[in-house]
Amino acid sequence: MSFLEVLYFIVPNAIFYAAPLIFTAIGGVFSERSGVVNIGLEGLMVIGAFVGIVFNLFFVDVFGSSTEWVALLAAMIVAMIFSLLHAVAAISFRADQVVSGVAINLLAVAVTLFLVKMIFGKGQTDFIQERFLRTDIPILENIPVIGPMFFQHVYYTSILAFAVAILAWVVLYFTPFGLRIRAVGEHPMAADTMGINVSKMRYIAVMISGALAGIGGAIYAQSISLDFGHSTINGQGFMALAAMIFGKWHPLGALGAALFFGFAQALSIVGGSLPIIEEVPKVFLLILPYVLTILALAGFIGKATSPKANGIPYIKGNR
Amino acid sequence: MSKRFVNMLVPVISVILGLIVGAIVMLISDYDPIKGYIALWNGIFGDSYTIGETIRQITPYILAGLAVAFAFRTGLFNIGVEGQLIVGWFAAAYVGVAVDGLPKIIHLPLAILAAAAAGALWGLVPGYLKARFKVHEVIVTIMMNYVALHTTNALIKTISDGGDNTGKIAESASLRSAFLENMTDYSRLHLGIFVALLMVAVMWFILEKTTKGFELKAVGFNQHASEYSGMNVNRNIVLAMVISGAFAGMAGAMEALGTFEYASVKSGFTGVGFDGIAVALLGANTPVGVIFGAILFGSLKYGALNMPNEAGIPPEIVSIVIAIIIFFVASGYVIRLFLERMSKNKEAK
Repeated sequence: MSFLEVLYFIVPNAIFYAAPLIFTAIGGVFSERSGVVNIGLEGLMVIGAFVGIVFNLFFVDVFGSSTEWVALLAAMIVAMIFSLLHAVAAISFRADQVVSGVAINLLAVAVTLFLVKMIFGKGQTDFIQERFLRTDIPILENIPVIGPMFFQHVYYTSILAFAVAILAWVVLYFTPFGLRIRAVGEHPMAADTMGINVSKMRYIAVMISGALAGIGGAIYAQSISLDFGHSTINGQGFMALAAMIFGKWHPLGALGAALFFGFAQALSIVGGSLPIIEEVPKVFLLILPYVLTILALAGFIGKATSPKANGIPYIKGNR
Repeated sequence: MSKRFVNMLVPVISVILGLIVGAIVMLISDYDPIKGYIALWNGIFGDSYTIGETIRQITPYILAGLAVAFAFRTGLFNIGVEGQLIVGWFAAAYVGVAVDGLPKIIHLPLAILAAAAAGALWGLVPGYLKARFKVHEVIVTIMMNYVALHTTNALIKTISDGGDNTGKIAESASLRSAFLENMTDYSRLHLGIFVALLMVAVMWFILEKTTKGFELKAVGFNQHASEYSGMNVNRNIVLAMVISGAFAGMAGAMEALGTFEYASVKSGFTGVGFDGIAVALLGANTPVGVIFGAILFGSLKYGALNMPNEAGIPPEIVSIVIAIIIFFVASGYVIRLFLERMSKNKEAK
């Protein structure tokens, strides 16, 4: 295989594996920019994956070939509502946000597995029939070099992921709403003084993170795993969390990091059929994203600073 | 109400709320909660076999809870107990399999020590990074969990030539005890419970009776004050994570040397490390409190296995209850507020 052929093989796969991470990591950016640590991303993805699959299985006769998109929407809404639990605990109940995030993760897995056993009478669901499929984008696919890499055999969901990342960047950095979210996460008291409702902004941000993580989970389930069981989402949410940190709490940074992690995941899965890579023991590729995140945090790859008020409940009138 | 009383009441109320939510979930999903909880009770205390198995289940929970609690006391949050447990599990099994011909009195402690050392090493990394680069330990420990999972899986495959478990450990490294098994109708109850209880005493001794323990607690209370009074805060952070990791590694040794007597490739986490967070929180991060937390969680987890047989209810209901309990313990502020309002109303009357 020539180098270019390898790229044509690996780049689409990298983007494919990155899409769920991009959505979830961008969600994490919103939540943490507003000052709420969201370890619960993993759990929110679990909810998204579960709702996506179950909705797909039950409504495939109603919506036909657009089922997977409607399921995506359903997953988004349910995960958004589920994220309210974390919001209530972290913002109104002043809970330790890390502990509450852990509770969200445990609860999501428990609830979905309970429901799967109730509905299907076994540990995992059936396989879905309608799934996200690869397509070629007309015209763009004919561009030399770039075309085969980015526009042939791609998923619409991947393109949507890129769009959402850019949109998130615009919203966070070029709109009053984004400025408020960031202000609330950096210095909530100053924001409060300026008349911004700190709690409200944080609630909105956590719900956005829930919505996006739900989409991420549903995409993962409906394009990669195709069913739902106890190990469908196994660390994807934490990898998204890592991408968010690696991307320095910035939407485009998170996008880049998620793409890189997608690349690492693609390598570990399809690497066996590639020259050079097949020599590397798989375990190194599996742990690569996590090790890189640790290195990034230690400042070896540029210092990342989290939003100042991240993880601290805002108590009105406290100095 | 006195503060001490309120602090004790918060976990109790959380547990009750968790059980109530569990009952509501069962009602909504057309199951009989009374039947469900009776099945749970019988699954825990039904006969001497189930009691033996319940105690066996409690054993790793005690050590995982100690690990989280020890870190908490020094102002650190160790979410990496799961990963430290996994490497400890592997290390103990490896020593149990690979070393041959030693008498039990040397082999068994050696295997446990190997597990503690592996866990300590896994705790050293986040501790060092926190001390040296001010990296938040929560994220590093989460990442270390995944590194542990994938690395041990690869190691198990390597030493077993592509197989999926290490093979049974040598008799001389086993925690199994014929006496305990006979007493509990041939359950898998093993000597690990005594190791776990010993470690409770060790943690209590370190924290309450040694200068180092005082320093560790002081760093947990106020880093700046400790620094000012001449303590080496960074060294204490590293030490705390190392000790915490050692406890977690020993929790893995309980599984490797007692319950399963081997280590196998895992598709996901055991969950014991994450539940350890809840155990520590319920136990108010004290050594004795951890015993109570571990008893509760170990019993719930083991007893749940009886629910499908006796009441036809999926055992995941108990996982829901556990998650809700953690949720409410984390939100202790609201419960405290509620209790305060209640007591004020009473005084007004």
